[in-house]
Amino acid sequence: MTASRGIPDRLRTPMERNLKSWESLLMLVAIGIFVANSFASPYFLNAWNLSDATFNFTEKAMIAFAMALLIISGEIDLSVAAIIALASTAMGAAAQAGVGTEGLVLIGLSVGLLCGAFNGILVTGLGLPSIVVTIGTMSLFRGISFIILGDQAYRGYPPDFAFFGQGYVWWVISFEFVLFAIIAAIYAVLLHMTNFGRAVYAIGNNATGALFSGIRVGRVKFILFLLTGLMSGVAAICLTSRLGSTRPSIAFGWELEIVTMVVLGGVNILGGSGSILGVVIAAFVMGLVTFGLGLLNVPGIVMSIVIGALLISVIALPRLWSMWRAG
Amino acid sequence: MQLELRADVSTQTASGVTPLLSLSGVTKTFPGVRALSDVSLKLYPGKVTALVGENGAGKSTLVKVLTGIYQPDDGDIRIDGQPVRFPTPQSAEHAGVTAIHQETVLFDELSVAENIFLGHAPTGRFGLIDSSAMMTRAREILSSIGGAIDPGTTLKELGTANKHLVAIARALSVDARAVIMDEPTAALSHAEIEELYELVEELKRQGKAILFISHKFDEIFRIADFYTVYRDGQMVGEGAMSEVSEPELVKMMVGRDVSQIFPKRDHNIGAEILVVDDYQHPTEFADIGFTLRRGEILGFYGLVGAGRSEFMQALFGITRPSGGTVKIDGAPVTIRSPADAVASGIVYVPEDRGRQGTIGALPIFQNVTLPSLTRTSRKGFLKLAEEFKLARAYATRLDLRAASLDTDVGNLSGGNQQKVVIAKWLATQPKVIVLDEPTKGIDIGSKAAVHDFMAELAAQGLAVIMVSSEIPEIVGMSDRVIVMREGRIAARLDRDDITPETLVGHAAGLGETRR
Repeated sequence: MTASRGIPDRLRTPMERNLKSWESLLMLVAIGIFVANSFASPYFLNAWNLSDATFNFTEKAMIAFAMALLIISGEIDLSVAAIIALASTAMGAAAQAGVGTEGLVLIGLSVGLLCGAFNGILVTGLGLPSIVVTIGTMSLFRGISFIILGDQAYRGYPPDFAFFGQGYVWWVISFEFVLFAIIAAIYAVLLHMTNFGRAVYAIGNNATGALFSGIRVGRVKFILFLLTGLMSGVAAICLTSRLGSTRPSIAFGWELEIVTMVVLGGVNILGGSGSILGVVIAAFVMGLVTFGLGLLNVPGIVMSIVIGALLISVIALPRLWSMWRAG
Repeated sequence: MQLELRADVSTQTASGVTPLLSLSGVTKTFPGVRALSDVSLKLYPGKVTALVGENGAGKSTLVKVLTGIYQPDDGDIRIDGQPVRFPTPQSAEHAGVTAIHQETVLFDELSVAENIFLGHAPTGRFGLIDSSAMMTRAREILSSIGGAIDPGTTLKELGTANKHLVAIARALSVDARAVIMDEPTAALSHAEIEELYELVEELKRQGKAILFISHKFDEIFRIADFYTVYRDGQMVGEGAMSEVSEPELVKMMVGRDVSQIFPKRDHNIGAEILVVDDYQHPTEFADIGFTLRRGEILGFYGLVGAGRSEFMQALFGITRPSGGTVKIDGAPVTIRSPADAVASGIVYVPEDRGRQGTIGALPIFQNVTLPSLTRTSRKGFLKLAEEFKLARAYATRLDLRAASLDTDVGNLSGGNQQKVVIAKWLATQPKVIVLDEPTKGIDIGSKAAVHDFMAELAAQGLAVIMVSSEIPEIVGMSDRVIVMREGRIAARLDRDDITPETLVGHAAGLGETRR
């Protein structure tokens, strides 16, 4: 104990903190998987194959960044995949009516924002628990999509609409990958370098304390739901463009993969901690595992078992390690 | 043995009668606090003993020791002169000691009989509940306390008063011999209180020993036979009600050296800064109006539940009042959220530091700058160097002690956490600071530091509202005091009128209950 005049700002530098962090552990896992994959399949270390592999995670990761902020604040949105379905359906209907690419993008983003606003009003305005609200809107949004499409599909998007999901910016670098990197950077800055990000952490650690500190808790949470909806709209544009068609089952089950990505990235599911870097690495880990297993012709069911086992072991290992050390 | 002898000598009031339940030399400590120190208590069959004392005198701890929730560190409990131990709540029930709490937990969806016998229902073969026996017993107990309730009724169909009867019936269903009533009238209407008095008379006739805990002098003088006074965890007096007067009782409750080490203050009271007019709330408070000047410390005194914190939280925008106006520097302000209050210059240091005051998992500097981020940042982007600068300035000013400014607040002592909360608010450069029980649960050294600092703030022209249940603190620090009782202002006292006796008298409604 020292008198306050002698209190240092920090005892450990941020660098020292990071070296012992979850992100470092996850990075080791990612490198391990990369190395294992390159030994397991001769087709792995090929620039075009690796480029293709990024499509396994780019769209999910865009939503995962917004979801990370939402989960850090102590809320969750399970309707994200259903928002993709609704936004894609809306775009499909508009394309059918002859709307051009700019109009389709605008519609995709607007539907995402509206769905996010709807979730946000129910959670922050009425004080309902977000897990219940978004399980409800998950059925609602996708239900609308099913009513409109039934067992039909929308095709016939304008040719230049294909760029978002199929275009390349330079050599093997896809537009989607660039967008993923830009969005990652934006969310990293938003969460780690702004007043807004600080408020997100404060709310997630102690919402009452944050309210009593003059933080507008409801407003911050509403914005986070808007952002998650918006990102679902962005993902809907990319995915629809990549597939070139819309069915009501589009992106089915993605919400759990996205939450898995966020939790694997070290975000506390109870709120309060986590980083965007962790989610980025987790996105690569999940993409590499899926891609590597795909090269080995492992069926999809087994893949989801592997992802599940990976999630549980990466989360359980540090806990087991500390229990073992504590004796 | 010695203790027992001494206790017997002092009970001339009940000469010849063995107490049904007696405590002697009971001590109970918690980390940093001595809640009970060598206390004694005696309850006689067919008599009511009133236990009186200020908030924090140790009454609740005593009830928990008597009902097996806490284990005393030292001392003994006797029933009919035989030493007993209550390692669990069940063992206390078996010995016939039962408590009716301020808020007994009941279950709305269960029947009256099930509520009464939950956990100790009469069982038949195979350990199944014997419903008809349970109904019969429930009816017997209810009629013994004058309640005409069908035991088969679902609890949620009953009104408040009848629910209270069920709670009492539940307490008596364990073959109670000693009944503890912990502020039983706190939530009751006038007519219901009358019915409760009749019930107490009935229990006396049945020969039960009753411990009656209450802040209300009128009811103590009406129904108690004996009194016991606790102060700061010690027993300071006992005797027969007939041999004591209200002022004597008050003196025993508060009678300590009030001139503790409080800072000397210059009273540079300036211009009016805060005017609250006619503040109303549907349930918690009504008709609150006062003015506050720069450099002034306005104390708010009252019993727990008098509505002080509820009013302060409405003033700070946590809850919405149903009416009333606030003016700062003569201009009306609308406060709908804490953010509005902070923007108007009103800040609130809450009583519950862990949950409301701090964010334990965030470091000191982030806690301090949280409400001031717009000033330490540029265009919404954090500037850590500015944050450390601001945090350091106030940490130094408050003599905060910590390993570094990056230490999580949850790891600090209570006193240092309180300094972080105060630093956080001073950094916003407020006009009015509300401190709710500012020294509750913090050590003596930090207490003095908080008092000194409060005086310094007032001297610099800040207007201070101090909510406190500690009489020495109120007397030692306040320029004026508002006493609240049952959600209303019971008295406004100027400096010369602030004495322990007037405070307690107004808080308990002493003058008005005297006939």
